[in-house]
Amino acid sequence: MSAPVNRPTPQSAVPSGVASHALLAVRNLEVVYSDVILVLRGVSLEVRPQSIVALLGANGAGKTTLLRAITGLLTIQRGRCTKGRVEVEGTEVTGSAPPDIVRRGIAQVMEGRRLFAELTVEENLRVGGFTRKAADAKESLGRIFDTFPRLAERRKAIAGYLSGGEQQMVAIGRALMTAPRLLLLDEPSLGLAPKVVEQVRDIIRAVHAAGTSVLLVEQNATMALSVAHYGYVMEHGKIVRDGPSAELADDQDVREFYLGGAVGDTRRSYRDVKTYRRKKRWSA
Amino acid sequence: MSDLLQYLVAGLSLGSIYALICLGFVIIYRATGVVNFAQGGLVLLGAYLTHQLAGVWHLPFLLAMGIAALVMAGVGLLIERLILRRMVGQPVFASILITLGLLYVLEQICTTIWGYDLVMLGDSWGVRTVTLGALVVKVADLWTLATSAAALLAFFLMFRFTTVGIAMRAAASDPEAALAHGVSPRVVQGVAWAVAGVLAVLAGVFIAAGPRGIDLTVGLVSLRAFPAAILGGLDSTEGAVAGGLTVGLAEVLSAAYITPNAPWLGANVHTVMPYLLMIVVLMVKPYGLFGTAEVRRA
Repeated sequence: MSAPVNRPTPQSAVPSGVASHALLAVRNLEVVYSDVILVLRGVSLEVRPQSIVALLGANGAGKTTLLRAITGLLTIQRGRCTKGRVEVEGTEVTGSAPPDIVRRGIAQVMEGRRLFAELTVEENLRVGGFTRKAADAKESLGRIFDTFPRLAERRKAIAGYLSGGEQQMVAIGRALMTAPRLLLLDEPSLGLAPKVVEQVRDIIRAVHAAGTSVLLVEQNATMALSVAHYGYVMEHGKIVRDGPSAELADDQDVREFYLGGAVGDTRRSYRDVKTYRRKKRWSA
Repeated sequence: MSDLLQYLVAGLSLGSIYALICLGFVIIYRATGVVNFAQGGLVLLGAYLTHQLAGVWHLPFLLAMGIAALVMAGVGLLIERLILRRMVGQPVFASILITLGLLYVLEQICTTIWGYDLVMLGDSWGVRTVTLGALVVKVADLWTLATSAAALLAFFLMFRFTTVGIAMRAAASDPEAALAHGVSPRVVQGVAWAVAGVLAVLAGVFIAAGPRGIDLTVGLVSLRAFPAAILGGLDSTEGAVAGGLTVGLAEVLSAAYITPNAPWLGANVHTVMPYLLMIVVLMVKPYGLFGTAEVRRA
């Protein structure tokens, strides 16, 4: 089975939930695409109830693959978990089909929003509630229109014609239609204007305040760390650093490689950096 | 003038049968990316089932149609469950050939049970006609028009307003994103095949109604609906209706006006018309009248 994960509760800074299990736990997960390409090499990560967790990393680090492994979308990408496990509230769900994961209270906003472009705003939202009873879905729809009045105004608009910010709202609203306990967000700030990114951050805070935990995958580390309680840094399919957000934001290497801030006068080139893995905590 | 009206009614009636068959093609194409050649086999089986229930067992005709529709929905689900579900993620080409094989299997099942001889549907319409002003219309044509219109309306309402219908459109738009929200391709495919089965019964019944009767050629009519579906655009429900009606009208009108006026073209111009129309339309609009130009993943 997976490697032991004996260490202090990662999100001790966060008010601990009543549940003894983590909401989501990924343990020593290994993922292979097409039976040959090893993308995740023993990743472990936890999301506690009532928390916002950021997952940082450069392009191709394996962040989206990790999300796919959690949500069950790996199969249709010809990927497979070869080692390790994914647990939702203590129950193993490794390799479950996406509808089962959705029913367990995990919703996701995929990278690039992935709206159903030719459907209306309201229809997009209703697809999000597909797995629920009609009455529950209707109630959620009302709540989402309360939360995002802009979407209520544009409910009959074709989703593909909305602005980027509005589309991101639809994507998040669509995921919230299941009243999830955990929301997975893949690069929600990608391609959005800075002002809209701030809006997205506010939405994430509001979602969290309403009782939903968030796992936020971002290249925009500044934004992610400003809203998250705890963060993980991923490189080449491994978690190389994790800690409370404040600690990560102060960390010299994280600042340099992910926050774009130079430390001191001499700015090191990426060329001088072999890899960040010297700080890794998880070894194969 | 009244002649023309007469032909228009007959053309629309034939066209709405084509539209029902086309919708069967379209719903499965949109759900799975597969061109469903087996639809003609379903049409044939649907007609024979109705014959068995109404003509042989003497059930009231509309009841017989209803039961046949339910059974054919089940047959559709069964085909999806046993065969095509296993083809998810495999090359679409393989699935298309499977539906072609299914067409022949279904035909053989029908001839094994019901033989090769023409059998009567057992409908109550027969050759009766009604006179509407100067117009003499076959009762069967009126039923065809009314029922097809109702079925098409139900079809559109389902896709527009029900959660399953919206989910199916979502899955056609982005299968992976739909799956991420719990819309399983199994549900989508299952519903598509069940609906295709129901549509097949309606089409089969109206093809075979009146003096026409049922034999293997009922299935062949579906092949003439195929250019209608292509003409409208295989992924468009509006296109299916428009294509079906266009081809139906073209067939009847060309039989009525071209053949007598241009006997040198031969007696069967009307059977070629659907294909001629298809060729012309595809040369101008390669994705059909209403089809979308994007290539969709299966």
